[in-house]
Amino acid sequence: MKTGREILLTAIVGFIFMFALPLLLSHYTLTVLTAFAILALSLGFVWGYGGILCFGQAAFYGLGGYAFAVAAINTQMPWLGFLAAILIPAIVAALLGAMMFYGRLSDVYMAVVTLVFTLILFKFMNTTAGEAYRIGSARLGGYNGIPGFPTLTKPWNPTDYLYNESLYYFAFLLLIALYLIVRLILKSPFGRALVGIRENELRAELMGYDVRLLKTVAFTIGGAIAGIAGCIFANWAEIITPNMFSLGQSSEIIIWTIVGGAGTLAGPIIGAGVLGYLKIALGENSGLNNFFIMGIVLIAAVLFLPRGIFPTVQSLLSRVSLGRPRQRISRRRRSRAG
Amino acid sequence: MDYAVVVIIEVLYAISVLALISAGLAVIFGMMRVINLAHGEFLVLGSYAAIFSNRYGVPIYLAILVAAPLAGAVWGFIVERLIVRWLYGRLINTMLATWGLSLAMMGAFVMIFGNTQTGISAPIAGFTVGAYQINGYNLFIIAMAIVVMAGLYAVMKGTRAGLVARAAMQRPDMAQAFGYNTSQVYMWTFVAGSALAGLAGGILTPIFGAIPSGGANYIAKAFITVITGGASVVSGTLASASILGLVYQIFTFLSTSVVGEIALLIAAVVLLRILPTGITGRFLRNRV
Amino acid sequence: MPGNAVVETQGLSVHFGGVAALDRVSVAIAEKELRCLIGPNGAGKSTFFKCLTGQLKPSEGTVQIRGEDTTGWNPHEIARLGVGIKTQVPSVMNGLTARENIWLAAKRRNTARQADRIVAETLDRLKLGEFAGTEVVRLAHGQRQLVELGIVLAGKPWLILLDEPAAGLTGEEVQRMVEVIREMNTEASLIIVEHDMHFIRSIAKIVTVFHQGRVLIEAPVETVLADQKVRDVYLGRKG
Repeated sequence: MKTGREILLTAIVGFIFMFALPLLLSHYTLTVLTAFAILALSLGFVWGYGGILCFGQAAFYGLGGYAFAVAAINTQMPWLGFLAAILIPAIVAALLGAMMFYGRLSDVYMAVVTLVFTLILFKFMNTTAGEAYRIGSARLGGYNGIPGFPTLTKPWNPTDYLYNESLYYFAFLLLIALYLIVRLILKSPFGRALVGIRENELRAELMGYDVRLLKTVAFTIGGAIAGIAGCIFANWAEIITPNMFSLGQSSEIIIWTIVGGAGTLAGPIIGAGVLGYLKIALGENSGLNNFFIMGIVLIAAVLFLPRGIFPTVQSLLSRVSLGRPRQRISRRRRSRAG
Repeated sequence: MDYAVVVIIEVLYAISVLALISAGLAVIFGMMRVINLAHGEFLVLGSYAAIFSNRYGVPIYLAILVAAPLAGAVWGFIVERLIVRWLYGRLINTMLATWGLSLAMMGAFVMIFGNTQTGISAPIAGFTVGAYQINGYNLFIIAMAIVVMAGLYAVMKGTRAGLVARAAMQRPDMAQAFGYNTSQVYMWTFVAGSALAGLAGGILTPIFGAIPSGGANYIAKAFITVITGGASVVSGTLASASILGLVYQIFTFLSTSVVGEIALLIAAVVLLRILPTGITGRFLRNRV
Repeated sequence: MPGNAVVETQGLSVHFGGVAALDRVSVAIAEKELRCLIGPNGAGKSTFFKCLTGQLKPSEGTVQIRGEDTTGWNPHEIARLGVGIKTQVPSVMNGLTARENIWLAAKRRNTARQADRIVAETLDRLKLGEFAGTEVVRLAHGQRQLVELGIVLAGKPWLILLDEPAAGLTGEEVQRMVEVIREMNTEASLIIVEHDMHFIRSIAKIVTVFHQGRVLIEAPVETVLADQKVRDVYLGRKG
């Protein structure tokens, strides 16, 4: 009953945003921002609730993009590509996650492994320029990437492509759906156990929870969501390049999540939207270097806004409206999340 | 025979490069449990310092061996006071903040120096071994790596400063009780690590030049070498640099340098899977 | 003895580097027994405890729990046998409420509805009702200890391992803890590591004394407390 009402409320808020945002920005810009938001949602889940700081979420994003393109070219059925963009990153995440969690790697080492994994993909994809590097009839194309793959169509009319406006609404509906799915996961016993693990891994283990398995599952879900984001991006850009795997991309995901607020789901989504838009806007009239600004934003966020903007604003609002101060648990919560 | 000499020199060179680019990060991680993800940009900063001081008349060896580490040290001092010192004990937050620093420095390099590669030519001529051409500067790099590692060992084992630093890292409370200011110790350790980064950047300039985005390449390798090595500064770095350098060079010989780099990364991941706390987490424990 | 032993170790040894923290320890605990493990700091009792819970893998020897060889098992596998474990430092999920903490423990083996019932029972039993909705991080030390006990109870264990349950508690809280432990003992076997002699006196039946990684003596509590060797060890007269 309560859950049902929350779903309804979230969906309504989501729909309001979905129809209101095009009044401000073009469908074209909004589509890529939505892809970013889905990507941020994936890290928001994995890091904020699973306590797994993945420095290489871009790996699954890129894999989603490449899986989509390769499958779409080979089958000429883009919806099979969509499926591949979920499955392939999920499988890879499951394998990588199992290796890390069953190997009991600690925080730093996990950061290295995820970072290195992304680097390997980035380097490898950049070298695939030759004719020999092809999967079926899809050439990987090295640093030029893969252009000209068939994009998603309306399921009921295979010649009617999803682009611009229709792609935006499709992407945003996906965002709403994924947000709700993650919410439901977090309400389930699995989700609660996951938060328990984030809070105290040993205790969860002594309760009888198989921490390694649960973390691997969470990581896999995160990989699948990031893959969907990559698929949306591929459909928007109509070309994919190894830059999807770059360190810059990885760092941006983390910046969105941190600035928005790790430990919430709405925070990273808002962070991705706002910062993603900022980057596009600044890119157009560039006096300052983008990396410079993103870097300063990240430093400032870590030093001054350790909980992220969204939770800070939220608690300020509730303080104003309810007139009772909320105890600050900022520092601790953040270091735990890390 | 000639070929064997060339191969050995190439392998030693690969190991030396890894050891040099990792030394500064190893000092900071090993002693302070801080990962400076802007380490790569510190090296690039050293390179720029070497290039520009050389351009304005500083002799090349002074530019490489003095100006570069000096630039690293000064910048390290500023960074420690402004950012790092607020985050001690919070490993992940330091990593995130220094990642931001890394992006900001990279952006600043582009704005200041432009998005192009600059460099200086190597001050040592090449020579031949049999039918093979050898870059003379590579030998200088091998020598410098030995000097840096030996110097680090000597400082940590043999000097009062090294002892105080090690004590402060092991038991900050005790060191404080003995009257040492741990915050000062941390600061100077960070400055020393930054100076080493600048020095490495300077030494490697004639080979790699300086490019704003160059830090990413350095940090990945340094980060991996240090983490794979584990907590011991000298022996850990040497051990992992040797293994990873060897792997890199073997695969580069067999294929291309990109395959070599991928093999290096995979080797690091495999090593971490077997030894989750790094090589010195398991073996060579309690070494410097 | 081995017939009804619920926990039995044989030749259990743990080496850290060259040092033997535990040296060939063989101990058997019977069904419904309440066994206390005592000994000075570094005697090996906590190491022994961690071998039982799976937090440490012994270098040599075996651990059997209800006839099952659990040597080298992971903590969650041991917990799933129906073993409740409380660690030395209160190990609770700080950011969650007391209710959520206990719910997670109950949910592992039960449906959500059963878990809700168990949580209510447990909160009631430990008189934690008024703190149920509070984040555990904001509770006092004694209350956190109780929450952890609640976590252990909610798993409905038949074997309970407690590491220093009385540490840091006030006199009144110790009394409460003693009552809870006695009550637990009616349904389960207990192994308790403890320092506090007062606590031991009021609760112990058979006591195993550890010293320098070995079992010094194993006897009823009165015998142990009267034993000259034990006194020497505690007063440090002979290393």
